[in-house]
Amino acid sequence: MERRSITVNSDFYCKIPLKVFFSFSKNVFVEKTSPSFIFMFDKEFGMNKNKSTDAASAHGDGTVIRIKSISKEFNGEQVLSEISLDIHDNEFVTLLGPSGCGKTTMLRIIAGFETPDKGDVYFGGQRINDLPPYKRELNTVFQKYALFPHLNVYENVAFGLRLRKKQDKLTEREIADRVKETLSLVNLSGFERRNVERLSGGQQQRVAIARALVNHPKVLLLDEPLSALDLKLRKDMQAELKNIQLKTGITFIFVTHDQEEALSMSDTVVVMAEGRIQQVGTPTDIYNEPINAFVADFIGESNIIDGVMLEDFSVRFAGHTFVCVDKGFKKNQRVDVVVRPEDVDVVAVDKGMVVGTVTSVVFKGVHYEMIVDIDNFKWMIQTTDYVSPGATVGLYIEPDAIHIMERSEYSGRFGDYSSFSDELDRLSNPDEEDGDEDGKDSSDDNQ
Amino acid sequence: MKQRSFMARICASPHIVWAIIFIVAPLLFVAYYAFTDQNGRFTFSNIAELSAHWETFLLSVCFSLIATAICLLIGYPLAYAISKAPAKRRSMLITLLMIPMWMNLLIRTYSLMAILDDGGFLNSLLGSIGIPEFHIVGTSGAVIFGMVYDFLPYMVMPIHSVLTKMDDRLSEAAFDLGCNRLEALLKVTLPMSLPGIISGVTMVFVPSISTFYISQKLGGGTIFLIGDTIEMQFQNPATYNVGAAISLVMMILILISVAVMNHFSEDSDDDGGIIL
Repeated sequence: MERRSITVNSDFYCKIPLKVFFSFSKNVFVEKTSPSFIFMFDKEFGMNKNKSTDAASAHGDGTVIRIKSISKEFNGEQVLSEISLDIHDNEFVTLLGPSGCGKTTMLRIIAGFETPDKGDVYFGGQRINDLPPYKRELNTVFQKYALFPHLNVYENVAFGLRLRKKQDKLTEREIADRVKETLSLVNLSGFERRNVERLSGGQQQRVAIARALVNHPKVLLLDEPLSALDLKLRKDMQAELKNIQLKTGITFIFVTHDQEEALSMSDTVVVMAEGRIQQVGTPTDIYNEPINAFVADFIGESNIIDGVMLEDFSVRFAGHTFVCVDKGFKKNQRVDVVVRPEDVDVVAVDKGMVVGTVTSVVFKGVHYEMIVDIDNFKWMIQTTDYVSPGATVGLYIEPDAIHIMERSEYSGRFGDYSSFSDELDRLSNPDEEDGDEDGKDSSDDNQ
Repeated sequence: MKQRSFMARICASPHIVWAIIFIVAPLLFVAYYAFTDQNGRFTFSNIAELSAHWETFLLSVCFSLIATAICLLIGYPLAYAISKAPAKRRSMLITLLMIPMWMNLLIRTYSLMAILDDGGFLNSLLGSIGIPEFHIVGTSGAVIFGMVYDFLPYMVMPIHSVLTKMDDRLSEAAFDLGCNRLEALLKVTLPMSLPGIISGVTMVFVPSISTFYISQKLGGGTIFLIGDTIEMQFQNPATYNVGAAISLVMMILILISVAVMNHFSEDSDDDGGIIL
């Protein structure tokens, strides 16, 4: 049995402390060398069971939230099973997954709106399973903003401060200053007296962020906050959120189903599916070193082919033996091979490692996206050179364009481009679900 | 006013005719009688006679204010509980609340009298377990009880409809920002349900203040409210004009109070609910 560990470096330096945040975030000033934390992926089960190493598990060294083997069931349906995750100070963590993967439930458990059936949640070393939401030092930005319609922008933002007015000995003056400062942080200065219901979606979004940030939480939870915005606005807000996170040094836990959003904003991406964590890592790790077919398929486009690892640095798939950069597998071990569409070169037939027939070509602006049929497996290839449909082409793949993964329960379910969604597959073959998988498995046995 | 299409006018016309015959015309009659004497001559003497009834009027205001307050105190938690119930049970609870409304108000009041009367259902029940019979009908408590009983659904329905439409995330947002359950209720749920409260209060207060049969039946002839006064004036053709004058003044007072309340609720929408 082999273990491979991926090191996730969460080093994070904050350079621009905002005056207004002096009172709460010591970390903004302490330039600390946050320790790397290591997740061990248990290759035998084809699924990661991330365990922090001893160095990271000593609480107080930057771990803000620790989630320990959490399970949650709704009406007999397992929504989360045995989830464990450490979230560090100043980290921008994204929970990424398709709808129904449990990411929102996990966020709601951290916020305190749901209680886990099993497992524990720790906040700064303290177990908070039974702590009601209003006693937790974190705030949430809700999916549809959930602004209070009976209050104007100013009162919405001041809401949390007014509640702590006595406790924190805040004067009206101080509240006004903090609201003003936070509104300028989200570029909403001058909107104080506006009715929140008459604001645009993007402006409401900003109010929601300001309403949460003004309380100076240690952790900010964001539940798909950008999903209701149009594309351009979403991109602006992504940059702005990232910027706000850098400025304030608050830990962000961001939930999204948009992989591009996750890659462009996060320090750490947590890929979830079917109530389990599939992979935890930096955006580059997740993209370049996906742990299984699910992750490879969900993050970006991937051709996922059944292959056999002949020996270190040598893998056979699509009827050809390729040189690769991966090692540490058993001899003749069956593996999943990932080749990204942009990493395949289209060459003349005699120069190609494999030969296939182009079945369709779609112009995408930056490149052409073509589907190439190689032994009945449909590859997606992105190229800037036009090739007409029906042509026979050679494909050339560099060793470092090949990524080898352990087989998992997701093997054979993803990565063939006969269609883009599972749904279309099911619609076209209502009788034989997973028929494709069986077919591929048997052809694999012949190799 | 927006220009209405021809079709819209055609469709609206039956209602307009109806409203003119049965709403505007009677109101004009009331106004006419209020300002004329028996011979049809213009006079203010009917209005002047109102001063004789101001005590009755005050008593009516007190009774209906108390009844409205009790309806609100019972009705709000009830509406809240119904709105938080699972959808299936909610429609059952609403039906239960509505069933008495399918019966005529007068009949409901009579049946309430049968229950509360000396020797009635309640008293014989109490008697059978050894509690001495006591006098209910004829007390002001009975009249207020009758008002609450008859008009409670009018309080619950509008509040319930506002509460069910309210997004659960709003309470969650309140918890998230540091509210405990009570604070979330006071600072978010309650101010947001204000429009429902106001229409509920209006819908209970207005019929309570003008009722006459509840005080007649449950007041046992000892409690005399402004509604009874008006009814009495209209039973004698000689006092039609005074009755009309009281009605007119009542109507104007109710209109003013409703307008004030509506204004109050609009205000709170605009300047950020600092009412609480």
